[in-house]
Amino acid sequence: MNAQIAIFLVQDGLTNGAIYALLALALVLVFAVTRVIFIPQGEFVTYGALTLASLQLGKLPGTAWLLLAAGIAVTAVELAQALRLGAAERIPGILFKYVIFPAAVMGLAWWAAPLKLALTLQVLLTLIVVVPLGPMVYRLAYQPLANASVLVLLIISVAVHFAMTGLGLVFFGAEGSRTPAFSDAHWNLGVLTVSGQSLWVMGTSLALIVGLFLFFEHTIYGKALRATAINRVGARLVGVSPAMAGKLSFTLAALIGALSGILIAPITTIYYDSGFLVGLKGFVGAIVGGLVSYPIAAAGALLVGLLEAYASFWASAYKEVIVFTLIIPVLIWRSFTTHHIEDEEE
Amino acid sequence: MSLLLDVRDLCVTYGKVEAVHRVALSVKEGSIVTVIGPNGAGKTTLLAALMGMLHARGSVSYAGKEITRVEPEQRVSRGLCLVPERRELFATMTVEDNLVLGAFHRYRKRDKAITADFEQVYQLFPRLHERRRQLAGTLSGGERQMLALGRALMSRPRLLMLDEPSLGLAPLIVRDIFRVIAGLRETGVSILLVEQNARAALQVADYGYVLETGEIAIEGPSADLASDPRVVESYLGLVAGNTEKAS
Repeated sequence: MNAQIAIFLVQDGLTNGAIYALLALALVLVFAVTRVIFIPQGEFVTYGALTLASLQLGKLPGTAWLLLAAGIAVTAVELAQALRLGAAERIPGILFKYVIFPAAVMGLAWWAAPLKLALTLQVLLTLIVVVPLGPMVYRLAYQPLANASVLVLLIISVAVHFAMTGLGLVFFGAEGSRTPAFSDAHWNLGVLTVSGQSLWVMGTSLALIVGLFLFFEHTIYGKALRATAINRVGARLVGVSPAMAGKLSFTLAALIGALSGILIAPITTIYYDSGFLVGLKGFVGAIVGGLVSYPIAAAGALLVGLLEAYASFWASAYKEVIVFTLIIPVLIWRSFTTHHIEDEEE
Repeated sequence: MSLLLDVRDLCVTYGKVEAVHRVALSVKEGSIVTVIGPNGAGKTTLLAALMGMLHARGSVSYAGKEITRVEPEQRVSRGLCLVPERRELFATMTVEDNLVLGAFHRYRKRDKAITADFEQVYQLFPRLHERRRQLAGTLSGGERQMLALGRALMSRPRLLMLDEPSLGLAPLIVRDIFRVIAGLRETGVSILLVEQNARAALQVADYGYVLETGEIAIEGPSADLASDPRVVESYLGLVAGNTEKAS
């Protein structure tokens, strides 16, 4: 290995690592707020990438249908609850959020797909289609059992993961897709060639991380999410409902997932089940941070990206094995350095 | 004066154990009502049920409306507020952020008066202003209680429910806290006060209930309760001027 290859691998590792870092942050966020280990995070990556790929082919993405179907299912659940609580005043809001809005998105996608709009507009449309699925998944799968143990919530996650992977196969088929790069530019800096796409990935990731930081530090909703993570009972007593916090954190996770998919789609071919592995690498990063620390999770994810780049150079057949084996020394190290805190079940 | 809170036949069970049995109580608008009683009588359970944090049977009406099935978050935005025994602060957030979150439902309604209320809370508890950038978890017991009260006030409550505000605090701080409670009545806030410190509670309250093993045993205007021989014997002790908390 010479310096040129080493530097190239660093660049490659950091590009992928930036995406894993985003996913790791989303996983920490969702776990802190809802105690859900969000395995389906990877499916949002897939859905983001493949929805964009569909739009590029001028086809109506299947996720638009899924949004409509999920919306109707949520409507049924919400209406039943509103009737049980005798809260008829909520009905117009429910209909608007879960019937009219998904139908409008569906119509927009149906109208816009054959037009082959500019890339930025397609990205925007992809986000509008995929992100609202996040809170709907929370409402349907997690909210009814929000007070269950971490293990039960994990089992739900596995089920949601399989369901979403299967739906991905139905909507997008078994063939992989790749989307064109945001930028074809290349710069030669001495021995190093920097691609525009990797700058896009790192830049967007960084911007998103800064955005998340500002959101948590300076907005009332960001503070409400932190409060829920710190003290669920206290949060309820000031009027922050766990359901609201759950939906909000899932919205953020879906946004991060879909955006990661959009960023990664020009770099690797994405199949209906590729998101799982991508998400799992983010998860390894999140585990490095103990599922509690945002900065350590992000650093851990960057480490995963670098390790993966070097592993694929030295022993490409064992690339995934090497990356996931990292979790064992990390867990040993964490179990020696952190004091076990009893899970506070309510 | 109209009834702000009217509770009838309230029962709360944990599994098969009934912690609160057919309790009836009411709070008039602008008054301080206290519930006293020994450990394990169901006082904390009663407040949690009134806040909607526990499932209860019976009827609770607040400001003329039945709220038995209303979720706690909705109750907060209607002006019902509980300061729990365990304070439930956000320990790793700053004092100021804790106060900001107290006004969460008002931010959602774009209430313009929030800034003025910050001033008021800081005026009431200058100590919180000094420590506003500090994490809530680093505060002393008394300061935590001030913060819990301050956070509750930021929600602009109409009915403030306080669970053992004097618990574990030094007598001087207890006196301060009770002074604040008495002062709140002047600003039109109604208060439901649960206390083990029966003497202090009866001094500040207009009306009182004695809760024993989940049922209301005695009730009446505070002055009558304070001279009731059963209350004197069980809760006030025979030593005059004893303001210490019986633990």
